[in-house]
Amino acid sequence: MRISVDLNRCQGYGQCCFADPSVFKLRGEEVLEFDPAPGDEHRLKVIRAAKACPVQAIYIGESYEEQEERSHRHE
Amino acid sequence: MSNHSSQGLRKDEHIVIVGASLAGLRAAEALRRRDFAGQITIVGDEKYAPYDRPPLSKHVLTGHLPIEHTPLAMLEDVRATWILGVAATALDVEQRQLSLSNGERLHFDQLLIATGTRARPWPEERGGKLDGVFLIRDRDDSQQLRERLARKPGRVLIAGGGFIGCEVASVCRELDLEVTLVERGPTPLYGALGSSMGSIVARLQQQHGVDLRTRTTVESFEGDAAGRLCRARLSDGSVVEIDVAIVALGALHNTEWLQGSGLAADERGLVCDTYSRVLDAQGQVVEGIFTAGDVARWPQHLCDGDLIAVEHWGNAVDQAENAAGNMLSAETDYRAYKHIPAFWSSQFGINIKAVGLPNRGDEVMVTQGSVERYRFVAAYGRQGRIIAAVSFDQGRWLEAYNTLIEEGATYPPQLAAADQPENMQSQPAGFPAMARHA
Ligand SMILES: Cc1cc2nc3c(=O)[nH]c(=O)nc-3n(C[C@H](O)[C@H](O)[C@H](O)COP(=O)(O)OP(=O)(O)OC[C@H]3O[C@@H](n4cnc5c(N)ncnc54)[C@H](O)[C@@H]3O)c2cc1C
Ligand code: SF4
Repeated sequence: MRISVDLNRCQGYGQCCFADPSVFKLRGEEVLEFDPAPGDEHRLKVIRAAKACPVQAIYIGESYEEQEERSHRHE
Repeated sequence: MSNHSSQGLRKDEHIVIVGASLAGLRAAEALRRRDFAGQITIVGDEKYAPYDRPPLSKHVLTGHLPIEHTPLAMLEDVRATWILGVAATALDVEQRQLSLSNGERLHFDQLLIATGTRARPWPEERGGKLDGVFLIRDRDDSQQLRERLARKPGRVLIAGGGFIGCEVASVCRELDLEVTLVERGPTPLYGALGSSMGSIVARLQQQHGVDLRTRTTVESFEGDAAGRLCRARLSDGSVVEIDVAIVALGALHNTEWLQGSGLAADERGLVCDTYSRVLDAQGQVVEGIFTAGDVARWPQHLCDGDLIAVEHWGNAVDQAENAAGNMLSAETDYRAYKHIPAFWSSQFGINIKAVGLPNRGDEVMVTQGSVERYRFVAAYGRQGRIIAAVSFDQGRWLEAYNTLIEEGATYPPQLAAADQPENMQSQPAGFPAMARHA
């Protein structure tokens, strides 16, 4: 799992931080720092965070390695 | 967006993307999202799969984010052939062919050029190769600098008070390192926000213990016999003893490889039309070749179609989407790229965000909040219209200003905000006399 946050859109209210405080952290009033590569055990909490975001700034995707592995399996 | 009817015929088509970073990846995703069934090949000269650059000058350097956690999320199954660690060295427009640094040639039906920018280097004869002098553009730069800063060096000097320079100054203070910031202009962020807003940033930095030297430049770095950096000579005659120097003097567009291709590419970027299609040196559209991201120079509707290159994350994402959409459309369905630039930068715990074109503004005025507390919004005006807005820890307002900019609302703005300062006053924005993006 990899995540991306559109920090232009993010408004720094911190709902995501409630959902998974070890992946999303607010520093100061509205600076969001996030871990783009959390372990798989975070998946449910990250999905919850993405749903909670009022401006839908959080995207969940895959890593390059995950995609490459799948494409080699299909070859 | 609806796909046109020839979609099914595209199975045999080969789209090549040069530049395996933000714009290149987002374009590949957009092609698949639009059901492009052909082949995608992505050529990137870095050895890494796409990664995100904004953390490289921020929480990678503080140590909050390990460098291995910076790769970009892939938001679609891109099913691409990746050719990494290999550069495109030449483009033959007639033959629809790229030459690669591994000696191979690559044929394409359509091409996206997303080769971005690189950090402006410091000349070797003025100390650019000394051990302790750093640039920040790629993963390795950031990781090496992180390791050096973690070893608690003596004073750090930063050449250049743009966004990256200011962010690194903030990191140094957070790590409790002594830092000197040297900026040619009258304030930090002079080029991006003008001296009026820049003076607020200057105060913020000084309150955090940054040794700020404005209207000053670095003449040279000097080292010891072993080639280790030990001091900087500044234009005001002073000498600063330092262990580390970070050169943050802006970026150069990666267009050299296009010399001889006949495309309209130079040090200012690669020119395209409003549909992200590249132009040749005669100004004619080149069919099937598009560009996006930092490298692209495109007609900006907010300033009468002047060509500008926007070196921010949001532009790379949006223009990749625009270019990919047009690649798969019939010309009659092309969409114009009507992007309003936006960026964020975090420093000293404050989130600075902007929308529009601040450096096209003549005047600026604080419209909401408190400058003293570094929580405010300011609007920029150009010829009686709002052209941009910047916020310090008030990002939630920017969308409303974005709408005002889009609508061409008048400046000074007619607002009814509750937190309007009592004596709102417009003042010169304070940019260099010459238009910087001309
Ligand atoms: C340290 C740092 C911090 C930043 N912080 C922010 C921020 O806070 N907010 C913000 O809005 N923006 C920020 N940015 C800007 C943002 O990262 C860029 O706008 C974005 O990376 C542009 O993406 P791009 O794909 O167009 O270009 P790039 O990311 O530059 O990617 C271009 C890629 O093409 C490769 N390439 C070049 N020439 C060739 C060739 N001939 N053949 C093959 N490959 C080639 C390059 O090596 C590179 O991998 C920051 C940038 C940096 C460097
Ligand atoms: S919930 Fe969304 S808007 Fe709020 S801080 Fe997180 S990403 Fe930003």
